Amino acid sequence: MATMTMALQRFDKATVIAFGLIVVLLLVGASIKPDFLSPSYLVQQLQLASFLGVIATGVMLVILLGHIDLSIPWTIGVGGMMATAAAGFFGPTVGVVLAVPFGIACGTVIGLANGVGVAYLRAPSMIFTLGMNAVAQGLMVAHTGGFAPQDRGTVFMRQLAAGRLIPGVPNPLLVWLAVGAAAVFMLTRTTLGRQIYAIGNKERAVFLSGVDTRRVLLICFAISGACAAAGGVLLAGWANRSYQAMGDPYLLPTIAAVVLGGTNILGGRGSYLGTVAGVILITLLQSILSVLQPQFWFADMGLNVPAETFRQVVFGVVIIAMLLLYGRQRAVQG
Amino acid sequence: MSVASAVNGRRSREAWGHWLAAQRGILIAIAIFAAMFATYGWKQEVGLTASIINTASNKGALLALVAMAQTIPVLTGGLDLSVGMIFVLSNCLAATIVNGSFLMTALGVIGVLLVGIICGTINGLIVVYGRLQPIIVTLATGAVYFGFALALRPEPGGSVNFEFADIMTRSFFKVPSSVILMLAVVFLIWIPYRRSVLGRGAYAIGSSEQAAYMSGVPIARAKVLAYVLAGLLSSIAGLLLTAITYSGAAKAALGADYTLNSIGAVVIGGTSLFGGSGSAIGSIFGAFVMRTVGDLLIVFDINPVLQPLFVGIVLLIAVSLGSLRLLRIKNRLDLYR
Repeated sequence: MATMTMALQRFDKATVIAFGLIVVLLLVGASIKPDFLSPSYLVQQLQLASFLGVIATGVMLVILLGHIDLSIPWTIGVGGMMATAAAGFFGPTVGVVLAVPFGIACGTVIGLANGVGVAYLRAPSMIFTLGMNAVAQGLMVAHTGGFAPQDRGTVFMRQLAAGRLIPGVPNPLLVWLAVGAAAVFMLTRTTLGRQIYAIGNKERAVFLSGVDTRRVLLICFAISGACAAAGGVLLAGWANRSYQAMGDPYLLPTIAAVVLGGTNILGGRGSYLGTVAGVILITLLQSILSVLQPQFWFADMGLNVPAETFRQVVFGVVIIAMLLLYGRQRAVQG
Repeated sequence: MSVASAVNGRRSREAWGHWLAAQRGILIAIAIFAAMFATYGWKQEVGLTASIINTASNKGALLALVAMAQTIPVLTGGLDLSVGMIFVLSNCLAATIVNGSFLMTALGVIGVLLVGIICGTINGLIVVYGRLQPIIVTLATGAVYFGFALALRPEPGGSVNFEFADIMTRSFFKVPSSVILMLAVVFLIWIPYRRSVLGRGAYAIGSSEQAAYMSGVPIARAKVLAYVLAGLLSSIAGLLLTAITYSGAAKAALGADYTLNSIGAVVIGGTSLFGGSGSAIGSIFGAFVMRTVGDLLIVFDINPVLQPLFVGIVLLIAVSLGSLRLLRIKNRLDLYR
């Protein structure tokens, strides 16, 4: 028992509660639909979670700094659309090879622009990334408006998002594992990682300790752009095509996943394990509602309530309830 | 000239200087809007007829009301990401209950405003007594409000009392009623609020919550009221949208668009996102700047699908202008908070 409490203390409260809720959701799911706990269904859930997980990794870094990246939706769109359009830009042979790196590179450029605005021009991240989101949207609209671009994914992208290199393990999950391992290594074992946490607590103190904090901000925003674009590449491969608003449904779930995982929205605190828990929690929450189908209970009462209503309401209520459990700030005192 | 009047003259010049410094954000927003709208009127072939002004005013007033709603929580150092969703929910509700006889229509309008107030109250209570970050609370409640909007209107549709819609969207003596509505909001809600104890408290909290607490500002009440007013103003905008479109539609993209553009309008209008300074009046002009971008594209024969690109560029330029102050900073430490 004592060893168990000690083991639990190594994780923070948020991560433990989030994992606890995941277990509850799995049990609820299993009680309604017996094959909910079957390996194939769970693997499918993990595959869906990987898309969100890759995107959330970058967002978590930015939130750890005490900033926010609202350009995520259209950076996902840029990643997906540029990867599928690469064949049109570079010709069929080179373009196919360059598709994935080109998509991610375009996202990185958006991230770098965000970083320059936030770190060097000292613009509030919320509004600067918002502006970049609109600019990215405008550029993509212009890109599709001029001519009919190539919107099909390459064979490699299709394999990356839907194939299975190791039998039984979907490739996107491997991508998420790689991205996650890199993030954990960076956050816990490198100077850059320590600097990220420190800046989230007090940038001024970190600057006075002789750290070029602006460089750290720039790097993190660039990584956030790259992760979002990588997510876009995976999504384009998964759907086998890219389209304009493909990133729109991902902004809220990503921020929610990071925050539910215990990362402080003001920066400075949070673990990657928590983000993993948050991502899986959000994915399971969405899938369990499609299993429960509460709209039919209301249909029995003669009310026509769309399924999306429950998704939105449960989503909002769970976020607030979870945060009331562990995300409260200290009261202002004299 | 006597000594006294010379001193007086200097004082009044100083007072003017202070006033100008305090209102700089608003004045810049007004200047940009005036320049843009003058260009629009000049390039427009038929000139600025009453109907063109009415259309521009209706379009701008929607965002202006949502932006005013956003301003008040921002002044307290918070943020309300649910304003767009309250706007959509009010629109869906109004297309359902603002109907029938005069009495029923009036009750419907009151009902819509009441729902806006309730949504705002929920936001405020969770932010204050739940002690959670406003950005994440309103993100979550916004999802809930949108869920209710969808339940009300699974498919776009509904109807609204025709006379009510006509009064809200026509012009009286060439003054669009949406302008009258905005003036009414400014004079009946914003200015009394700005001068009230809780309104001044909002500015104090935005500057320093700790100091405001020590000075005896009723922090909890002032913060809750800020979110309540944001809900109320968003639902007024929702009513206006219903009057313009004659129907209700629960579109997530519409709500998100208005939320995000409202933040842009607030910043262009000279309100600091860190709280403590700014004005809802600036946000009106900020909103009109953002809406005139689209009109300018049309008269300059630029493909209107490029509107997001130009709105984004205007937004980036507006925030980057703030970085001009970096040139005046003598101690580099001042860069870092």
